[in-house]
Amino acid sequence: MPNNFQMPDLMPALPEIFLLTMACVILLADLFFRDENRVFTYLLSLATLAITAALTVTMHSDVPVYTFDGSFVSDTMGDVLKVFVYLVTAVVFIYSRDYLLNRNIFKGEYFVLGLFAVLGMMVLISAHSLLTIYLGLELLSLALYAMVAFHRDNSDATEAAMKYFVLGALASGMLLYGMSLLYGITGTLDIGGVQGAVADLEDSKKLVLGLGLVMVIVGMAFKLGAVPFHMWIPDVYHGAPTAVTLFIGTAPKMAAFAMVMRLLVEGLGDMHAQWQDILIIMAVLSMAVGNIIAIAQGNIKRMLAYSTISHVGFLLLGILAGTQAGYSGAMFYAIVYALMGMGGFGMIILLSRAGFEADKLDDFKGLNERSPWFAFIMMILMFSMAGVPPALGFYAKFAVLQAVVDSGLTWLAVVAVIFSIIGAFYYLRIVKLMYFDKAEDSLPLETSTDMKVVLSANGLGILLLGLAPGSLLALCTAAIG
Amino acid sequence: MGFEAITFYIFSAILVGSAILVVSLRNPVFCALALVLAFFTSAGIWILLEAEFLALTLILVYVGAVMVLFLFVVMMLDINLAVLREGFARYLPFGLAVAIILVAQLALIVGPEQFGLEAMPAPPSHPEGYSNTKEIGAVLYTVYLYPFEIAAVILVVAIVAAIALTLRRRKKKQTMGPEDQVKVRRNDRVRLVKMAAANKDE
Repeated sequence: MPNNFQMPDLMPALPEIFLLTMACVILLADLFFRDENRVFTYLLSLATLAITAALTVTMHSDVPVYTFDGSFVSDTMGDVLKVFVYLVTAVVFIYSRDYLLNRNIFKGEYFVLGLFAVLGMMVLISAHSLLTIYLGLELLSLALYAMVAFHRDNSDATEAAMKYFVLGALASGMLLYGMSLLYGITGTLDIGGVQGAVADLEDSKKLVLGLGLVMVIVGMAFKLGAVPFHMWIPDVYHGAPTAVTLFIGTAPKMAAFAMVMRLLVEGLGDMHAQWQDILIIMAVLSMAVGNIIAIAQGNIKRMLAYSTISHVGFLLLGILAGTQAGYSGAMFYAIVYALMGMGGFGMIILLSRAGFEADKLDDFKGLNERSPWFAFIMMILMFSMAGVPPALGFYAKFAVLQAVVDSGLTWLAVVAVIFSIIGAFYYLRIVKLMYFDKAEDSLPLETSTDMKVVLSANGLGILLLGLAPGSLLALCTAAIG
Repeated sequence: MGFEAITFYIFSAILVGSAILVVSLRNPVFCALALVLAFFTSAGIWILLEAEFLALTLILVYVGAVMVLFLFVVMMLDINLAVLREGFARYLPFGLAVAIILVAQLALIVGPEQFGLEAMPAPPSHPEGYSNTKEIGAVLYTVYLYPFEIAAVILVVAIVAAIALTLRRRKKKQTMGPEDQVKVRRNDRVRLVKMAAANKDE
């Protein structure tokens, strides 16, 4: 093998290479900026994301391209998810700027670590071997642990980072043990190879494969935040600075979806009957725990954390259906959730100011008097999360539920609908607080214009895409097919 | 039982024993030393598997670098053992039960039936003069180039994160800026205070 070594084709990985180079350049350039010029780091990061997006679109090819001896794949699903990861990250950076400035943590490292996390997501999305899946996940997680602890003088943030790190390391260990069993039984790291080996496996070895499968699912469920591996989510979402919660809660979910698709659907697709049962249990528990416990939360960051858990349950529904429509529905759901979550946490940042964190439900009281426009935007976001038409969230739930019904699991769809009706209560409670309660806090909203514009576009986008969801849905269908 | 098997069982026994010591010893320094022993014996097992390069790397990197650093930290920090040990006895029965069930379950699945010599025949021994190091070197920068580079990026992120989280620039340095010294005026340094004369004896 080494004697006839061929240079791998680097072109499919050009976006990754460019992003890595720019992250290193920004890391160094940031040293030379004075504090008052720190905004250049921010602008450079946004420009990097834009150019990387342009490169991803330019390099796109309709047939999957494999390189680096099959450990990297560039296909439509990967490219679509990557472009949304860039978009979400760019918006997260825009929302975060004022928040970080107000708390004196507007440092270059936030953006550099963010870019490295994006690189980790790209590696994860494009991974086509067990090794690259694991490394991409670690790259992403390591950057996120550091970002959670970023506000280092805040004891809540440090505690959240510690919990996240310890539990995350445990989950990585589980995932790695599962991968080592898969490697032991199939003899290959390549996802395509695993798929082939699983198909030809003798029955006597299925038991080990099952253990490997369970371990791998545990690791992935932790990263997604599915019940019963969800305990870290409320604490981390609550403790982390809102700018970081915004990031953790959105883009990585799309990368985690890609990981499930590559590992479970592509690699272990022949085991669908086995993993479907596991996912059904996790999906039902996630929707139950997420929606019911969210009702009891007084802190909106915790409430949105439990809402994430319930959304993950919905996402799993699409995957466990095991059909093309199910996978594209789940992908649609992941993207839509990232867009909604971005808006929801963005609203918390909008209401916060120096020395004040608007993370209580009561802080949303009477928002209509203070700013009718942003109360309207928040209403769209809440309707969308609850799944009320015509907001985009309705179509995401609809696509997933249709796939579940088509695969013959009608009872599961009924359960999902019941839990989402329970969930509608706490979303609509926010709408009630905004429109029917007296404001306790009458200070005007002070935020820069760009954030207001982007947040408005975020909310209106969800409404408009909800009126015409066809194009995004078609994109997801094309990506999976 | 051949020499290889005897060596394997001796090393395995020491490995499991030292691993138990790592989690059960009271003194953290001894724990760290037990971990060194565990690394050392697992390196021995790797040599039995003809992975001599990895075995030596394990000793060099983990025993030589990581554990020495670990010992430094353990010795320099004043760790309150009483707090660390709090609840140890209370959680022990539960933890022990979980561990025993887990080991039993794993032994059922990852046992000789699945991974025994009949199920997974041993690979043929390599001829004399075969270099493990050369083989690894040949694939590390070719076939595994991409994972290798990502691992390097992970280390960069670790460095950035560690510095971002711990570096504190001290504003009050012990040195004087020359520009401040030049600009200094008498009034900044000396303050004349008018006081009424007082009697020495009082």
